[in-house]
Amino acid sequence: MLKLLLGNRVAAVAGLVVVAFVMLAILAPILAPYDPNEQHPEAIRAAPFWQADGESRFLLGSDSLGRDLLSRIMYGARISILLGVVVVLLTLLVGTGLGMLAGYFRGAFDAVMSRIVDTLLAFPFLIFALAIMAATGPNLVALVLALAFKGWVDFYRVARADVLAAREADYVTAARGVGASTAHILFSEILPNIVPPLIVLAALRMAIIIIAEASLSFLGIGVPPSIPAWGTMVADGRADIAGAWWIATFPGLAILALVLAVNLFGEGLRDALDPRMRQ
Amino acid sequence: MAAPLLEVRDLNTCFSTYRGQLRAVDGVGLTIERGETLALVGESGCGKSVTALSIMRLIRRPGRIVRGEVLFAGEDLLRKSGGEMRRIRGGRIAMVFQDPLSTLNPTFSVENQIVESLRIHRVARGKEARERSVQLLEAMGIPAARERLRSYPHELSGGMRQRVMLAIAVSCEPELLIADEPTTALDVTLQAQILDLLGQIKEERGLATLLITHDLGIVSQFSDRAAVMYAGQVVEEAPVAELMEDPLHPYTAGLLRCVPRLGRPDVPIRPIEGSVPDMIALPPGCRFAPRCPEVMEHCREAVPPLYDRGGRRMVRCYIYRQRSFRQSGANPTGRPGAC
Repeated sequence: MLKLLLGNRVAAVAGLVVVAFVMLAILAPILAPYDPNEQHPEAIRAAPFWQADGESRFLLGSDSLGRDLLSRIMYGARISILLGVVVVLLTLLVGTGLGMLAGYFRGAFDAVMSRIVDTLLAFPFLIFALAIMAATGPNLVALVLALAFKGWVDFYRVARADVLAAREADYVTAARGVGASTAHILFSEILPNIVPPLIVLAALRMAIIIIAEASLSFLGIGVPPSIPAWGTMVADGRADIAGAWWIATFPGLAILALVLAVNLFGEGLRDALDPRMRQ
Repeated sequence: MAAPLLEVRDLNTCFSTYRGQLRAVDGVGLTIERGETLALVGESGCGKSVTALSIMRLIRRPGRIVRGEVLFAGEDLLRKSGGEMRRIRGGRIAMVFQDPLSTLNPTFSVENQIVESLRIHRVARGKEARERSVQLLEAMGIPAARERLRSYPHELSGGMRQRVMLAIAVSCEPELLIADEPTTALDVTLQAQILDLLGQIKEERGLATLLITHDLGIVSQFSDRAAVMYAGQVVEEAPVAELMEDPLHPYTAGLLRCVPRLGRPDVPIRPIEGSVPDMIALPPGCRFAPRCPEVMEHCREAVPPLYDRGGRRMVRCYIYRQRSFRQSGANPTGRPGAC
């Protein structure tokens, strides 16, 4: 599987980019040249170093408060990746758990859950998160819940559908035939067989969550202003886009690069896990 | 005579469908003595597999066991709790299915799957379980058993997989083995090998076997007695030699005429005319009446009971009404099932 994934050049490069971003986020306190919130009043809107009027101590320039952009982008990676991971894990666990129960036991639980899911599907995700955040104001717990509120639905649907198919498989009957308990069948027989599509979905959801978080932060109702976040940085640089283009552009490029890499990696994962691709 | 190992009495299993109730198993009665092999024969859809699954209590919605008793070593399995049933499944009654590729979990190695069964029934664990797995695979005639432990189902051949299934089945030393068409998915040479292996297992371990098959050749070689099923009912039960030599029920006779005789090209192969009845809208009388060459007026009116002909022979046919000892067995009156 790993071989297939690495054999796919696009996915391999995308994977490397993702790993690079993760390393950058983890090592930000060591790698970043400045504290991300440290202001340099003497160097407001300093241009990147390669510009004629650029300052070499701010590699990617500084913003309207004289904060180093490179340091802020490194620290911004932390919150994007952290929120992405937390939200995706939360929705993965909730959605998969409920989906497996609904798919295996069917009946009233399945009927009620599936109607709830249908209802949630009718809500536009971002507008819904926007409404929650507008009501609570920027705070991290509310942000996680707003992003996770609907995300579990996708995992629910994939898990339920795959369990529905797997429960009829002969190996489930055979497992019951050797005296396996329901819990054993669900977690030890069925779960390993439905994991691959869930992993792929998790990767693709990660990209969506990162974009959503950046969007909310851009609107000023996502990550609290004290924490450097890419979305907030793009918003901050918006007013200066004509004079100091770098303030909005570099965080925007960071969002683009990370989301693209996560997406391409997810697609590579999907191809590598697809049995039809195995020769 | 001691009580039989398995005695099924008046078993009724129904499935709810959109068109109505389907009586898949209708008043089936079977007995298996310790160490004996009973073959359950019949064409596809006659209720053989559902009978087996009912004995194991593995019937799931929309199916349900409506009535009957499944006495295993004198105790009614239909009255057992879920936990007691789990200990019996795999522990005292083991089952082997038709297609070993789909019955082995594709995500686990052979070792995992054998050890799992040992672990569930607390027979062995850890290193001991591993050694037991090797012994079991060797006993099933798998070469290089130790290396094979790490294989995944898709890496094994069909015959190999069925050997692994048998290893799992006998791992906890059951008293009864239910083999549901164990050789149907295999080619002919492998069929012979697997049947030899089954015979050997039976011999060595004194295992009673319920062999489900549609292959009369397998029945004659491998079993002591046979029960013939048609449209959810047992129509004839007899020791194998007698059944083959002198079939009583017109359906059994018809089945035997469908089998080519080796070295007897002069005996014509004659198929049974017509087709199996609609299991939801069954004919009121004998279920075989519409296809029966010897059908009488009475056959179309009421379901015939099972007549006991002595010598462990039973037949569900009015031809034997005058000449029988008594009505016997399960569902003696032929009353319709309780769906």
